[in-house]
Parts: sequence; structure tokens; C-alpha cells
Amino acid sequence: MNKIAKLFVTFFSALTLALVSFSSSFAKVEGEYIVLGSAISLTGKYSSNGVHTQNGYNMAVERINNMGGVEVQGKKYKFEIIYYDDESNPKRAAQLAERLIKQDGVHYMLGPYSSGLTKAIAPVTEKYKIPMVEANGASRSLFTKGYKYLFAVLSPANQYLEVAIDLAVEKNGGKPVKIAQAFEQDAFSQDVRLGILDAAKRTGSEIIIDDKLPKELNDMAATLAKVKAVKPDVLVVSGHTKGALTAIRQISEMKVDVPMLAMTHCDAAKLSKQHGKKSEFALCASQWHKNLSYKDKFFGSGKKYAKDFQKEFGYDPPYQSAESSAALLVFKDAFERANSFDRDAVRDALVDTEMQTFYGNIKFGPGGQNVAKPMILFQVRCKGDNCENKVVAPTKWASDKFYHPIPKWSERS
Amino acid sequence: MDFLIFKAPMLMVQASLDGILLGILFALIAYGMALQWGVMNIINIAQGDLVILGGYIAYTIYLWGIHPAWGVIISPIIMFFVGWALYKLVINKVVDRDLFISILATFGIAIVFQQLMNFIFGADVVVAQSEYGTTMLFDNSVTLPNSKIFSAFISVLYAVALVIYMKKSRLGRAIRATAQNARAAKILGVDTEKVYAATFGINAALCGIAGALISITLTLHPYVGLPYTVRSFMIVIVAGLGNLPAVAVSGMGLGLFEEFADYILGTEFRIGAVFMLLVFILVYRRFKLSKKREYLK
Repeated sequence: MNKIAKLFVTFFSALTLALVSFSSSFAKVEGEYIVLGSAISLTGKYSSNGVHTQNGYNMAVERINNMGGVEVQGKKYKFEIIYYDDESNPKRAAQLAERLIKQDGVHYMLGPYSSGLTKAIAPVTEKYKIPMVEANGASRSLFTKGYKYLFAVLSPANQYLEVAIDLAVEKNGGKPVKIAQAFEQDAFSQDVRLGILDAAKRTGSEIIIDDKLPKELNDMAATLAKVKAVKPDVLVVSGHTKGALTAIRQISEMKVDVPMLAMTHCDAAKLSKQHGKKSEFALCASQWHKNLSYKDKFFGSGKKYAKDFQKEFGYDPPYQSAESSAALLVFKDAFERANSFDRDAVRDALVDTEMQTFYGNIKFGPGGQNVAKPMILFQVRCKGDNCENKVVAPTKWASDKFYHPIPKWSERS
Repeated sequence: MDFLIFKAPMLMVQASLDGILLGILFALIAYGMALQWGVMNIINIAQGDLVILGGYIAYTIYLWGIHPAWGVIISPIIMFFVGWALYKLVINKVVDRDLFISILATFGIAIVFQQLMNFIFGADVVVAQSEYGTTMLFDNSVTLPNSKIFSAFISVLYAVALVIYMKKSRLGRAIRATAQNARAAKILGVDTEKVYAATFGINAALCGIAGALISITLTLHPYVGLPYTVRSFMIVIVAGLGNLPAVAVSGMGLGLFEEFADYILGTEFRIGAVFMLLVFILVYRRFKLSKKREYLK
């Protein structure tokens, strides 16, 4: 008797489970809501940028919903996002993507924060044929794997600092330059490095120092001492926020004189705030700046976006938030053009995306990367103790002239 | 491989000075580890995380507008009590158990500390500014940040003070007695429980000083504690327990080794080289020990 009872319990619980998962697999569109899913780093080492990403998503969801939502087949729908915390852990992110798709029945995904986590999730979304619009995975390798359901609103990592080399060559009277570079050993920074290698080849420039920084590193004294000894025309550093902060700290303390210093992650590192005047003249790659002249009907201009964001969340939006908001605009546009909730129809609509948002023009290349938006470079400039990021390239949007060469430390006050 | 350093003598000087200054700081952390390892037979995996927490304390007072150098006084005081509390909460339950249990327990503490720091201070990398300027030698070809010189000076100061304290004070003698033979010390009236708590507190305080110094010389992030644990482990392995001069020498040696590995093998192998050295030393020691055993036979 006992055995039979046990068997029944097992059978019924299995049935219930099956029913639950079956019923929720229709959850892609629930009532008037289009449900999107995202695994995002709310804890762990990416949590600050994870929160920037989430704020960007939320801001756009609210704005789109308040302005009439998404119209599909004559009916208005609203966006809703299911978030899970991936703990900044790629394995966890991949599990959560499976969970979102299989248990929560999500049919459309938004990307996580960072290239590493996007790389972990992309194979999952690809396997289940779930369109994913991501805004924070810039690694070139994401776009060379032939993914068909991955769309990135941002420019790929190899484009980050290519422009800086061109700029250095231009300032050198068109002659090749000597480059010293130090990159962290992670997918993103190594892609930035590849971009520099391409640019060096194109311009005939020579790379005289090529250091790779380990992840745990917070001391670059050796690299900088070498830089001091060999005197390059341009020093390139990319190692997320840690790399940017370490570089400025030690360049200023060791009085390393270089005519040009190009970096990534300056605004995420709050460089001008944390290091003040010491960070002046650093040239930084950025996906977006609020002063650019792009426009859309939801957020108006970049400046308007920055103002609204500031009001809502209490801080100036970093580009991570702006690009995340843009991802939602892309989805809305794709749903309306597809005029359907069919995943493949939405995917095909995404392929044909060609639009302008406050964040920039968006058009996806064959690999899924955004090919319509150039990277911009800003330079940290200070008036007294007040430092600001001024756009200096490309010339179309430059608000200030690029200051070159950086004055020697002995001449700086 | 890059032999630039051998072509430029000034680079050699720069590397040596950088290495030694950094090594002195490592030695301070390692001394704390050696102390509590010797007394309590506990390998503290959370050592590096205590260091980072100490750094965040200095960073916090910096945010309040106080010069971060005061951190070398405030941070150890707070950290002493953190260490004490940690002992009362967790460590006293594992102190007489085997080494593996203590490693597991402190590993757990390390994770909790990392997450807590991430939660409280955020995941951003932060720096505190000392504005101490730079010392330039040999016509500016060797530059030493004064903050690094300051940190080495403070480390030496505290280490010397601690040695004197251990030699002269009542508690110091009780700690040394417990390290030699806990049971005998207990029989002779030493409150070993209190000694253990104080030892763990002193270790945490040393970490607090080191952390405050790191906040003005390097950068802070909730997850960068482990390399400090590994380095101090390594220094203690080489120097042995309870031998301060050896700890100091092996600390500076490690600093030099790291710096030269960086120049010659490349920056990417800097930390890797430390691990390789650790493996090499462990194997070498085992080899030496086995020889000794044969001789005894």
C-alpha cells in the first residue's frame, strides 16, 4: 500500500510540474504585456555596471509604456522585464538564461552586462532561437561566431581606440608613431588591442611595448618605467576601471611623460572625479556622450535623456545606461515592423533595423554588431579643480579641440 | 622574454627600489599571518580580504574629508575589534581542529567579507589620494612615489613596535608562551582563549594598517584580496613561523622577484611567477626534509 501511495505522489507531482512548465511556456506575451528576460549582475564584481544597465532598461520600459507602448496587430502592448541576478558569474548567467527561456517561457531576451557574460548567454539564446538585443557585450568574438539571434546596439571593442592611433598619426604630421600598450587579459581588452594592432599596421606604426596585465593586477609600475625609458608617442591602456585608475595614479606619481594617453572605461571609473587634475588630458573611448546630436521621439536628445535619467536615478548616466535604453527602442521598433510575436519574424525585423535613437544610429551588420554608429573620443579637461569630459573626435561632434601633446609633468601645476 | 632591464641600469635601480618598497608592505601582512599561524595553527585564507577591508576603512575616512594617512591609526583600531569578533564568532570553533577545517572556515569568511564589502562599498575600484608627491633620483630617471616610501616607513615602524611589544609586554609573553606550548601555558595560568582572540585581533590590525597603506599606494576593490593572501602565505612558507627578520627579508625578496619577473617575463606572468615560486619552494622543502629523514634513519 505504502509503495502505491508513493507512486501516486511521484506521479502527481510530476504531472503538476509538467503542467506548470507547460502553462508558463506561453508567457512570452501575457495579457497586454510583452515579457522580456534578462540575467543581470546585481551582485558581484560587475554589480555597479549591472545596475547601470538595469536602470537603463527600466528607464526605457517606463518611457515606452507611458508613451503608448508597442503596437502589434492594432493592439497596444506594454513591456515587462523579468530580471535574475547572475552574480557576475558566467556559468550562473547561462543557467539563468535557460531558466528564463524554459521555465519562464521568455521568448525575447535583453543582454547582461559585460562581454564575458554575453558570451556565456549567447549560445543558449542561439540554441533556443531566442532573439537577444544586447547593449553591453562589445567583444569582437561575439560577432564572428555566426550567431543569428544576437544583436548588439554598441560598436565592437576593436573600434574603441583605433581612432586614437589615427589621431596620433595625424598629429605626427602623417608619419607613423611609436606605440606603447598595456592591456588586461580579458576578452574585451584583448579585442581593443586587436583594433590597435590593425591601426598600427594600417598606419605603419610600430608597437614598442606590448604588455598584458593580469586580472588581479593593481600595480603597473614596471610597464610605466619601461614607457619612461623608451619614450613612445602614444600610450594605450585598457583594463576596465581598475586599469584606468591604476594607470593615472602611477603615471602621475612616477611622472611619466607621454605626448598622448588613450584609455577605456574613464567614465565608468569616474576618473575625473577620483583623480581630479591628475587625469587631465587623458583621451578616452566612449560609446556615447550626452552632447551628441542624435535624436528620437522617446527621449528627445542625449542631453534630455541625461537630465531625465539624473532626475530618476540621481546620477549622470554613463554610456552603459544609454545603450541599454537604446536596446528597448530597438525591440519596440522590431515588434512593430514585424507586426507579430513570432520569434523568427521578430528576428527578421531586427535584421532590417535601421533607425536613429538618442544614443546613435542603429543598423546591424552580418555578425549582429552595430555598424552605423562610430565610437567617440573624449578628453578630460580641467578648469581649476573641476574636470570634465570634452568630446574631441570625430570632428563632427567635437565640442573642444584635441589638446596635444600633453604638457610635461614638470610644467603642470 | 625581454631584457630591456639589463640594458638600462636606471631601470634596474627603479625595479629594485619598487620591489623592496612593495616587499616591505607584503612583509607586514605576512608577519600577521605568521603570528597567528604560529600561535593558533590556522592558515587564514581571509588575510587578503582583511587587508582590503582595512583599506576601505581608510577610504571611508578619506571620503569624510580626513587625510587617508590617518587610516594607519584608525583602521588597525577598528580592525582589531573586527578580528576579535571574528575569533569569537568563528575561529574559536575551529582553533583546535585540523588545518583543513580552518582553511575551509577562513575561506568561507573570505567569501562573506568579499560580498559584504561589495554590498557596502560597491563594486567600483576606488583610490584614496595622499597628495604626497614624488621623489626623483638620478636626474629624474628614477621616480619613487612618496606614498610608497611612506608606506614602507610605516610598515617598518609598526613591525618594530610589535616586536618590542611581543618581547616586553605581559600579553606578548603570553602569546609567545601559547605559541610554544598551549597546554603548558594554560596550566601555568595563561588564559589561552584570550590570547587567541588577541592574536587574531592583532593580525587583523596589521592587515588594517597594510590596507590603509594600499589605499594610498595602489587601488581597492572588494575582490582583490586573494593575491595578498597568496603572497603572505608564500613569504611565511619561506621564512618560517615566528621569525620576523626572515619574514622581512623574504618579503623584500618576493617584492624584488615580482618586479624582476614583470620586467623579464612580462607583466602577465607577474602573479603567475609568484605561484611558480611557491610550488618550487614547496617541492624543494619537501626534498630537503626527506633527505633529513633519511639521515635520521
